[in-house]
Amino acid sequence: MAWFERRQRGLSPQKRKEIPKGLWVKCDKCDAMLYKAELERDFNVCAHCGYHFKIGHQGYISLIMDPDTFAETDSDLRTVDPLEFKEKENYPDYMKRYQKRTGMMEAVVSGTGRIEGRLVSLSIHDGSFLAGSMGSVVGEKVTRSIRRALDLEIPLLVVATSGGARMQEGILSLMQMAKTSLWLNRLSEEKIPFVVVITNPTMAGVMASYASLGDFTLAEPGAMMGFAGGRVIEQTIGSSLPEGFQTAEFFLTRGFVDQVVPRTGLRETLSRILSYFPDREKKEELEPEAP
Amino acid sequence: MEENGPILEFEKPIYELEKRIEEMRNYAVTENLDALADEIQRLEEEVARQRRKTYSNLTRWQRVLIARHPNRPHTLDYINGMMEDFVELHGDRSFGDDKAMVSGLAKLDGRPIAVVGHQKGKNTKENVMRNFGMAGPEGYRKALRIMKLAEKFDMPVLSLVDTPGAYPGAGAEERGQAEAIARNIYEMGRLRVPIIVMVIGEGASGGALGIGVGDRVIMMENAWYSVISPEPCSTILWKDQEKAAARKADCAEALRLSATDLLQFGVIDEIVPEPFGGAHRDHETAIANVRKSILKALHEAGAQSVEERLEARLEKYSSMGAFDVVPAADDPS
Ligand SMILES: [Zn+2]
Repeated sequence: MAWFERRQRGLSPQKRKEIPKGLWVKCDKCDAMLYKAELERDFNVCAHCGYHFKIGHQGYISLIMDPDTFAETDSDLRTVDPLEFKEKENYPDYMKRYQKRTGMMEAVVSGTGRIEGRLVSLSIHDGSFLAGSMGSVVGEKVTRSIRRALDLEIPLLVVATSGGARMQEGILSLMQMAKTSLWLNRLSEEKIPFVVVITNPTMAGVMASYASLGDFTLAEPGAMMGFAGGRVIEQTIGSSLPEGFQTAEFFLTRGFVDQVVPRTGLRETLSRILSYFPDREKKEELEPEAP
Repeated sequence: MEENGPILEFEKPIYELEKRIEEMRNYAVTENLDALADEIQRLEEEVARQRRKTYSNLTRWQRVLIARHPNRPHTLDYINGMMEDFVELHGDRSFGDDKAMVSGLAKLDGRPIAVVGHQKGKNTKENVMRNFGMAGPEGYRKALRIMKLAEKFDMPVLSLVDTPGAYPGAGAEERGQAEAIARNIYEMGRLRVPIIVMVIGEGASGGALGIGVGDRVIMMENAWYSVISPEPCSTILWKDQEKAAARKADCAEALRLSATDLLQFGVIDEIVPEPFGGAHRDHETAIANVRKSILKALHEAGAQSVEERLEARLEKYSSMGAFDVVPAADDPS
């Protein structure tokens, strides 16, 4: 727990008068000035308050997977404009803007890779792309990850962050909730484990489908999760919500999360969970076919 | 309040003409004036023309207004209007009983069926009791309990969808609104008995889909169903309140939320015709049309074996969505 030790030492870089640009980062939560190189070494977790900075799909790949084992799949799927959605901004223009900004084509990256040697099928939402929202391509990519887990008989992992189903694809976005959830039925039938990691924030349509259907539900500290957004709830009830409402810790106490796992321990926790399930790749070694 | 409830803005010219004809008729009878007959006939032709013009070219926003009409038949109207021996079953066996969701057993054409459905009220008092048809996790869990009961005793399930959305309250959130909806979608995907879904009014987002997975999904002609209601869609896009209010009808258009749209997208299987001007103008015809469509759907879904049905259900939802597949070498940017 390297970041924790440093916290004990009471590193207080705020005291430095002149801060060279680009070397220091201000914590979004506690305003502490953090040395960029150290922050990166700490898995982008604030050494002072434990705030988990956003790390994107690349961040999770390097955090969770064995080096150089990740192989992207389904990158050939392209978003279309089934509604010809033009309100405020043409949907294709909107998409192009995000594609240019992020270098990604869509809000989920899927693939296979290894965790401590174990092959898994995975989908990772990236919040920098349209808030990780789910349209047809995202739904199809997650579905294909489920189907790949079924075909290869390997565990499924989803790292979730999403504002919900994407408005610009209307009813077809909503139906992705059904498509993914129905395929999870098949995964259950074949007794293939499904682990969900909730990251900040995971809401609405994604939370109300596969992100709530894991055999194991882990969440990052402080991650916001739930169905309705905080502002909508406040408008509904006509008062403000208590501090910490809808956080991972809140839902842990309400019984909807198995563990709140800091980033530093995520890979180890995942690996420990996977150790409870037979490694089908090694099946043949362990159970040689009868002559 | 008129006989048919509040008059929608776009229907006003029709109602005004109808009122004038009525007045002239009464006058003609009391004064014994045959001379007015021609004038009355002319007005009747005019109102028929107006009705045709208005109701056969409804915009999506006008359909949203019809779907929300307080006098539109709601879940219990359909249950009482087309089924016998209804036994309402309350409670989720865990927290409470959600009055925004109705569930129970009934007999349709003499055969047992389990029914679940969002319930709206006809007036403010009823709506407060029914929470405007916005169910919480208890409602979804109650519905699931009844669907499991149906599976156990081999009865088909009828789900009547009519909600402005799942309830966005603090308590609902705390008790796992998202989990309850996800669980229902998942369990409905593997329920062994036939599930017929009928969108009778509003189909708003996850709150609708939470009881909306089935072998046959049918919509009434003026019902709407989408990922979001037009108003919040407009607010999210335009931010500014005034602008958002001005653009909500355009958002209804942009969302392609009508029954015809959904049939084209392959999301629904059939559209049930409504009486001219909307189901609120003639409950009896609306209920008869719905009944006919449900019986047909039950017949079709009932003919499948369990394996065939579950396979077809998965296949149905697997095909939903729109995307392109490009050659692997086709690089972005
Ligand atoms: Zn901090």
